[in-house]
Amino acid sequence: MSRARGPSMAGDALAQVGACGLFLLQILAALPASLRHVRETVRQVWFAGAMSLVIIMTCGLFVGMVLGLQLYYVLSIFGGTAALGTVVSLSLYRELGPVVTALLFAGRAGTSMTAEIGLMRATDQIEAMEMMAVDPLAYVVAPRFLAGVIAMPLLACIFNALGIFGAHLVGVAWLGLDNGTFWSNMTSSVDVWKDVVNGVWKSLAFGAVVSLIAVFQGYTTAPTSEGVAYATTRTVVASSIVVLALDFVMTAFLM
Amino acid sequence: MTQRRSYQVGTGLFILLGFAALAYLATQTTSVANFSQGPSYALKARFDNIGQLKLRAPVKLAGVRIGSVESIALDPSSLEAQVTVAIDDRYRDIPDDSSASIFTSGLLGDQYVGIKPGGSPDMFKDGDEFVLTQSSMQLEDLIGKFLVNGSPEKSGAAAGPADAAPSTSPDPH
Amino acid sequence: MPSGRRGGASAKVAALRAAPSGRNGTQRVAQAPPSIPAVPSGNLVEVRGLATVLGGKTIFDGLDLDIARGKVTAIMGPSGCGKTTLLRHITGQRLPDAGSIRIDGADVPRLPRQALFELREKIGFLFQNSALLTDFTVFENVAFPLRQHLDLPEELVRNIVLTKLQAVGLRGAAGLTPAELSGGMARRVALARAIVRDPMLILYDEPFVGLDPIALNQIVKLIRTLNDTLGVTSILVAHEFSAVTRVADQVFLLAGGKVAAAGTPAELARGDSPWTRQFFGGEADGPVPFQYPAGDYAADLGFPAAGRA
Repeated sequence: MSRARGPSMAGDALAQVGACGLFLLQILAALPASLRHVRETVRQVWFAGAMSLVIIMTCGLFVGMVLGLQLYYVLSIFGGTAALGTVVSLSLYRELGPVVTALLFAGRAGTSMTAEIGLMRATDQIEAMEMMAVDPLAYVVAPRFLAGVIAMPLLACIFNALGIFGAHLVGVAWLGLDNGTFWSNMTSSVDVWKDVVNGVWKSLAFGAVVSLIAVFQGYTTAPTSEGVAYATTRTVVASSIVVLALDFVMTAFLM
Repeated sequence: MTQRRSYQVGTGLFILLGFAALAYLATQTTSVANFSQGPSYALKARFDNIGQLKLRAPVKLAGVRIGSVESIALDPSSLEAQVTVAIDDRYRDIPDDSSASIFTSGLLGDQYVGIKPGGSPDMFKDGDEFVLTQSSMQLEDLIGKFLVNGSPEKSGAAAGPADAAPSTSPDPH
Repeated sequence: MPSGRRGGASAKVAALRAAPSGRNGTQRVAQAPPSIPAVPSGNLVEVRGLATVLGGKTIFDGLDLDIARGKVTAIMGPSGCGKTTLLRHITGQRLPDAGSIRIDGADVPRLPRQALFELREKIGFLFQNSALLTDFTVFENVAFPLRQHLDLPEELVRNIVLTKLQAVGLRGAAGLTPAELSGGMARRVALARAIVRDPMLILYDEPFVGLDPIALNQIVKLIRTLNDTLGVTSILVAHEFSAVTRVADQVFLLAGGKVAAAGTPAELARGDSPWTRQFFGGEADGPVPFQYPAGDYAADLGFPAAGRA
């Protein structure tokens, strides 16, 4: 996969995209069978979601605080600091929440999915499952994919909530903005469907894309320690690019 | 076994936390927050021009939010905008000669209905109508007036609607 | 490139299929009658005309093989002769280019996926590196096939798993994780997992590799006792003739993509053919050449080819 150089690299990338798409179809075909493994899905939601809480919450808080500081400065130029709550919440719900969560998720949960599946492949565990008449797509891949799709929007919501809290902390408690103004400006200009729910759609899509890339890279890795390392790197690089590109496309169509 | 149970409990907590965050974002930080007001009563007001006033825009008295705009309609006979506002039941004691005006929060902010209390001993009842109203101040009108008149005093008076305007503008009826 | 290779392979296969009674037939006649004892219950696995080309190298070239029911059959041969590939063909993980493999009457390469999975539920497979699921404890590893395929009450699962762990002598290790096990212990746990559903056939992929003498003896004893007490059929792939002698009823020596010799371990140890002499005598050169196929040595070193003449 990585041996190709020059003009064939584009062809390789295209082949990867195609293989990834076919893999998605295989996962979707295995989804009904994976319903038998609800417990495994629950376990994966725990690993992908709950275990990412610390990094998501910390980053959400800091992103919110930075936004509060920066936007307060920008808005004060126009005498519009009253709109701080509005601007922070809109930028979080519509862009930063889904995107930053997806990037963090790719680094935290995506890489561990890839490495885990890759090592299972390298140590014959995937093959052993096939030999025990257990479909690894249904038992290993589909639950992780589902867990990513489930966990990502929830993580993004938690990220947003912490972000708002951070901005409130900076704007109201530190910079002395009026508490009522902060909230009432926000509540009068943020729309549930256009802002909050659209953000949830975005993070659902990001969750699907990031976990698809992660499980694909893990499942198709060369069964060596070097192969697993490459696959993990590729997961981060590919998910970051795809998330940002998809973000542009979705923003253009949703907003 | 216990290990597996703790996964499930932890995952359940995580999902709960996520949905709690979503519910918080959706209800407390958006315009939905303006819906949930509990019991309220309705008052009507007619305006020549409501500008950019939107449904669920806040209604404020002395800067405190006491209700929201419930409906906006055009009265076909008088060709005026008829705005119905829902006032929180806690604020029952508003004198019935109070005036309603449409203000803009900040220079470019959203518009809201401001109520300036009067001195009547009688209070508004459900379905009553404001006698005194002041329409939205259009930025274009202001600039137009300023350009036509060119008089600093007049334009100054027109530009300060929040302080003086409501009481000086009588209801057309 | 691959299509070209495949075309060549299928042409070769076609040639093979055209004359099946020629070489293969005579070969079987030459070796089979004395070596394969008549087993009343017949053969569990029957391989006919198996041909496989892997990466341009011919692995099997019309292989015929019968595995007797209820016996321990060892498949031996020099490295790279396709022993592990044969196991993969038997389990349906890899499809051969031609030929048939019948297990209990079902033709494995032509089974649809669902039927193949149903067949695999009746086959236990011991991986060379054990392939225990690292997420789970020893207990859960052994219980895994039960939990996946049967909805048994927890108490029954526990009894079955502990019985199987007791059989391999590791009931006390039920709570450990695979990372805490030595190689020999991990292999015994994998064995417990392979027999947890009482299979009709157990495949062992290099069960003796990398074990100390004690662990090796334990595995040898386990293979024999499990085969006799559970009444299963065992196929094992191995190099270690000394261990195989103690456990196998029947030995097939593969070389050149065919069965080079077959018989009981004692028969093979006598070394009637150059293959068996080299393999069991451990001679460096013989029918299996010491030199990997190469061009002219002198030319490779840069001497003019004429210099030798």
